Amino acid sequence: AAALKTTPGPFTIDEEPTAKSDVTSYNNFYEFGTGKADPSANSGDFRPEPWTLEVDGLVGKPQKFDLDSLHAFPLEDRTYRMRCVEAWSMVIPWVGFPLAALLDRVEPLGSAKYVAFETVVRPEEMPGQRGLFQPLEWPYVEGLRLDEARHPLTILSVGLYGETLPKQNGAPVRLVVPWKYGFKGIKSIVRMTLVEEEPVTSWSRLAPQEYGFYANVNPEVDHPRWSQASETRVGEGGFFNAARRPTLPFNGYADEVASLYAGMDLRKNY
Amino acid sequence: MAQVEARSVQAKPAQGRTARAKPWNWRPASIWALYAVGFVPAVWYFYLGATGQIAGNAVKEFEHLLGIWALRFLIAALTVTPLRDLAGVNLLRYRRALGLLAFWYVLMHFLTYMVLDQNLNLGTILADIAKRPFITIGMACLVLLIPLAATSNAWSIRRLGPHWQRLHKLSYLIVLGAATHFAMSVKVVTAEPFIYLLIAFVLVGYRALRPRIMRWKKARRLAESAR
Repeated sequence: AAALKTTPGPFTIDEEPTAKSDVTSYNNFYEFGTGKADPSANSGDFRPEPWTLEVDGLVGKPQKFDLDSLHAFPLEDRTYRMRCVEAWSMVIPWVGFPLAALLDRVEPLGSAKYVAFETVVRPEEMPGQRGLFQPLEWPYVEGLRLDEARHPLTILSVGLYGETLPKQNGAPVRLVVPWKYGFKGIKSIVRMTLVEEEPVTSWSRLAPQEYGFYANVNPEVDHPRWSQASETRVGEGGFFNAARRPTLPFNGYADEVASLYAGMDLRKNY
Repeated sequence: MAQVEARSVQAKPAQGRTARAKPWNWRPASIWALYAVGFVPAVWYFYLGATGQIAGNAVKEFEHLLGIWALRFLIAALTVTPLRDLAGVNLLRYRRALGLLAFWYVLMHFLTYMVLDQNLNLGTILADIAKRPFITIGMACLVLLIPLAATSNAWSIRRLGPHWQRLHKLSYLIVLGAATHFAMSVKVVTAEPFIYLLIAFVLVGYRALRPRIMRWKKARRLAESAR
């Protein structure tokens, strides 16, 4: 991982960042396997350089971004809470830039209502995309409403802990939406398409009764198989008093984002 | 019964042959060795967790490890009979140890969930057991294992007589329940839970076919000896 030049960004929280070793060895990135250690163990063959991120759809200026042009955006340090849908959480010092900055460059048309995201498909480099049992359909796809995508909290991350992203964390560029469950943060993005209709997302396609399009962190709405009321903060309290902490609405970012969902029934739009 | 057999075997050397011809009885020792080896995964992982060497959500990883080993020991215990019937390998004397290892692993699995994971928050634990089918099934398996573990001693076997056999048929239900609990707990369908479910079904299905297989084997034996 190479060092990145960054400036302090807004929204950084006053909580102890999770150890880098935990952030980089306990991952969900099913393209490399379904075990938590699989992404760090099985991503050796993955080549995040060179890279092309293509942005198209309902935009005035469809464009392709290579790594240099992504790194040319003013990179900021953003330390966010990350709440996994599996009821554990971390605090991760991301490096990235607002997705809105990139969207401005491609000039979305008035008809664009959503952004659809797509992860790279490279079975020869990603062992989780090979073999008999495929846990998900590839490519991994995600989506945001355009106002969510343009929210100043939403970033495209190109690094963490001041260095370029490790492969297991979604190198070379991934999405971070801190008020949503971690699976919304699609990794190793190759394509973003501005669309009019709500796009299909990988987890809601697999189990619509368990995962919705919005996936906002919400202690009131349980996953059918476990409670979302509390979470284990990774690395805190150790093995014998792994303190559970209450999960906060919108992962503690309610002041910034609750207004995006005014009037919506969040039990239905989970 | 394995237990009775093991006991009588144990009793022999005590009868005292000549000092010269007292062979070392490896059988009880091998059973204790099985217990010792059987607890290695739990002890090793507990050590890693306690010393901060399990990355990420260490408690959950430990909990899952205990669960999967419980299922493995259940399967091992239920493999003893078909192995003897079909391959002529007699591991009957190890069956009680395998079953008890499964029981202890299930208990540790539950205690880890209750104490380390849920911090003894009884409200959440009871709600989980009542509301979430995979947890209900897991809990039922633990409850059903208790009478089996409690009657795994020679005294109970003698005391219960034919009822013991019938009681311990609960293990078929338990292995199916345990494999189902595992399959229902995972987020995505992978090969692993399917393989465990398949093994559980084959082991239980074998019991349904067993009378016929044994009759056929007996008939063949008789035919051969008549020749």
